[in-house]
Amino acid sequence: IIMHEMIRVIRSARTQGEERGIIQRECADIRSQFRQGDNGERSHSLAKLLYVHMLGYPAHFGQMECVRLIASPRYSEKRIGYLGAMMLLDEKQDASLLITNSIKNDLSHSSQYVQSLALCTLACMGSAEMCRDLAPEIERLLRASHSYIKKKATLCAVHIIRKVPELAELFTPSARTLLSEKNHGVLHGAVVLITELCERNPDTLVQFRKAVPELVQIMKGLVTSSYSPEHNVAGISDPFLQVRILRLLRILGHNNDTASDAMNDLLAQVATNTDSSKTAGSAVLYETVLTIMDINSESGLRVLAVNILGRFLLNNDRNIRYISMTSLQKIVQTDHNAVQRHRGTIVDCLKDQDTSVKRRALELSLALVSAVNIRSMMKELLIFLSVCPPELRSQTASGIFNAAERYSPSKRWHIDTILHVLTTAGGDVRDETVPNLIQLITTASELHCYTVHKLYRALIKDIAQQSLVQVACWCIGEYGDLLLKGECEEIEPVQVTEDDILDALETVLQSHMSSPATRGFALTATMKLSTRITDNVDRIRSIVSIYGSCIDLELQQRAVEYNALFKKYDHMRAAVLERMPVMDKNSPGHTNGDTSGEIKEPDTSKPKPVEAGLLSEPASQVCDLLDLLGGTDTPLQPSPAPTSTPTTTSSADLLDLLGGLEIKPVPTVSVYEKNGLSLKIQCDKQTETEVTVTLIASNSTQNDITNFTLQAAVPKSVQLQMKAPSGNVIPAHGLGQVTQTVLLNNPNKASLPCFRFVQLSFLLN
Amino acid sequence: VLSLTVQPRCKIIRFILIQNRAGKTRLAKWYMQFDDDEKQKLIEEVHAVVTVRDAKHTNFVEFRNFKIIYRRYAGLYFCICVDVTDNNLAYLEAIHNFVEVLNEYFHNVCELDLVFNFYKVYTVVDEMFLAGEIRETSQTKVLKQLLMLQSLE
Repeated sequence: IIMHEMIRVIRSARTQGEERGIIQRECADIRSQFRQGDNGERSHSLAKLLYVHMLGYPAHFGQMECVRLIASPRYSEKRIGYLGAMMLLDEKQDASLLITNSIKNDLSHSSQYVQSLALCTLACMGSAEMCRDLAPEIERLLRASHSYIKKKATLCAVHIIRKVPELAELFTPSARTLLSEKNHGVLHGAVVLITELCERNPDTLVQFRKAVPELVQIMKGLVTSSYSPEHNVAGISDPFLQVRILRLLRILGHNNDTASDAMNDLLAQVATNTDSSKTAGSAVLYETVLTIMDINSESGLRVLAVNILGRFLLNNDRNIRYISMTSLQKIVQTDHNAVQRHRGTIVDCLKDQDTSVKRRALELSLALVSAVNIRSMMKELLIFLSVCPPELRSQTASGIFNAAERYSPSKRWHIDTILHVLTTAGGDVRDETVPNLIQLITTASELHCYTVHKLYRALIKDIAQQSLVQVACWCIGEYGDLLLKGECEEIEPVQVTEDDILDALETVLQSHMSSPATRGFALTATMKLSTRITDNVDRIRSIVSIYGSCIDLELQQRAVEYNALFKKYDHMRAAVLERMPVMDKNSPGHTNGDTSGEIKEPDTSKPKPVEAGLLSEPASQVCDLLDLLGGTDTPLQPSPAPTSTPTTTSSADLLDLLGGLEIKPVPTVSVYEKNGLSLKIQCDKQTETEVTVTLIASNSTQNDITNFTLQAAVPKSVQLQMKAPSGNVIPAHGLGQVTQTVLLNNPNKASLPCFRFVQLSFLLN
Repeated sequence: VLSLTVQPRCKIIRFILIQNRAGKTRLAKWYMQFDDDEKQKLIEEVHAVVTVRDAKHTNFVEFRNFKIIYRRYAGLYFCICVDVTDNNLAYLEAIHNFVEVLNEYFHNVCELDLVFNFYKVYTVVDEMFLAGEIRETSQTKVLKQLLMLQSLE
């Protein structure tokens, strides 16, 4: 049956099973045709088979048929054969080698359409071997032929170079001459070819830099020519060619002043004259912006580029807003002020309906928070947190914490903000939030009364958010006496009785919503209150003794110990449970914390979460300190031109590593995590005067990091001794590590917190 | 899936797909080496990702470690899979260019045209895209060539 009929029959099948039956019959028919039909019938059958293949059914028995039909002298048969080859054959099949000869012959065929079929097929599925065999033919076609063939030949050359990079030199000379072609299609192919050549070989790139003036001329012609009907898209003259030329200019101008200068005027011209009312124009403008940002352009040009991006932000088309934010994200570090001007629009994009746009807006907004705009930005971010999609919650929460950490105008504001986040999205915050918040609260001693009141009120409203409940319990335990006083400057007075407080804590203890850790907090808080309240101590005694037989082992142990504290060690109870000293994090970079005083010896009976707060150093905080210290932070951008020789050199990052010299076991702490490189500190040994740590570096990117070195500097009172590192190459994909042992000697037992600056330098390929 | 990563940051079109809402492939042009089962998987994944989006989403979707630029015309999704650093808008225009050519060539194209003349659709693709790059963008030129080729049949 003829093909259209077959298609109709297949489509009329009502079930999958019926369709399979029809297909099976047809395939049997096709197979018999292959065996005995003549060429015409066989090509027809192959066409039918290709349709069947498109529906997802196996069709490998047609592969040899393709080979045979390609060799046929008739165009219509060749054509089906080649189509079949492109659809059914790929490099892995042996049959593909068999068509190499046919392709070779067809490349010199008298009809350009046959030549074109051969070129197309080679460019589509040519294996490395086939490419090697036929490369000289392609090179010949590049020079000699009709523009219709030249177009295909240039792209075929691109394919060949991708498969067999060593052949690039073969095509370099012809590529250069192709730039003088007038035919847009050929020109386009030539630009693509040159781009490919330059990306693979830096020497070729240097060579083609000389072509920059020529490329600039071509672009000028495109931009100013009034009307080129054939390639016109929405009033833009061949936007695709413009985009490709801009991309090539970007590669040629990158890191090279002469080339960048030569294209400065052109870029300004394109940026100002291109009409961006339709997508085509915007596409060209976008590519222009990318180019401006990536070469050594004058600052005026850069401002122009950022303004274009800002205009994009106001565009009605969501697509354009999205890509604008993607680009702004990349330049927000380097051109911070320019991007700040568009902050309002970016914040508005938080309300867009597309989640990917929201995500971009969130990242940008967080990057734009500064000491000046912190209050207004935080308002927006908190609103966003309450309405944002669940997948963005945890990112938003961490972002808010970081911003608050760095730019809080006051401690009270800081505490309020964190509380707000905990009430809105307590389930999505990191575990370190609880100890961090507790530590923050202790340092704000003037706000203890305010804080405990606020927390108490939040607690009686809702006990579902574990982190909030934990902090509230801790505060109530610690500052319960202030709560009972009833009045506080910054909050309306509410009368709270001892029973109220104990009720609240007991609710937490008994609720099924409370996690075991939370209940631990509540129990300890209840115990602490025994020294802060006067009337209801007996109630506390009975609560504690009930939990002495609790199933949860942790609670039971605590209850038993507290019981002992009531009975046998009652004389010690007041001392053990007294108010805790102000907890200092050893962090001089804290913008709103005071680095006052030394760390006193902590009581061993203090509840565990507090110790966790002292010891953990969240990696994100250290990274923020990076910016505070003004470290030269050039992010390793994935360069648009991947070369095989290392081009991105080391970025010297200044890390502030904070290690205390107290006698406390410190776990392995991660202090640097960026771009796939991560650095951990592991404390090996500690005595009164000496600390031994091991620095462990690992690499999760795709390429090895070589020439990795660490240097450290310490204050004068401390002696530093760095042992030899285990190596200076960190293998990719986390397959290995580099370790280095460091000895810190503090003979004077100075109890000041010790700062250590570490400088990393490395080469990333 | 290792075969999706030819080299880091290789800016070529990985594949072009035309699918209908039900997930039936009307055209699949691959510019990189994939096994048959990988191809099937990719087709299913693209379908899943693209059909849940509507007018309030952008035309760009992040997909594995690349992105898909797509556009919906009636019941058909035209998808191009490119590198994350590529220019989204340019490819959006390329899709539209392609669809306009189809429209001209088939005289107000509809899905059935693409079904019954699938081999012709491949010819159109091969005139406009090659080796994972945009090849010819002038609609007039492409249509002229297509008519020439048709006369040879």
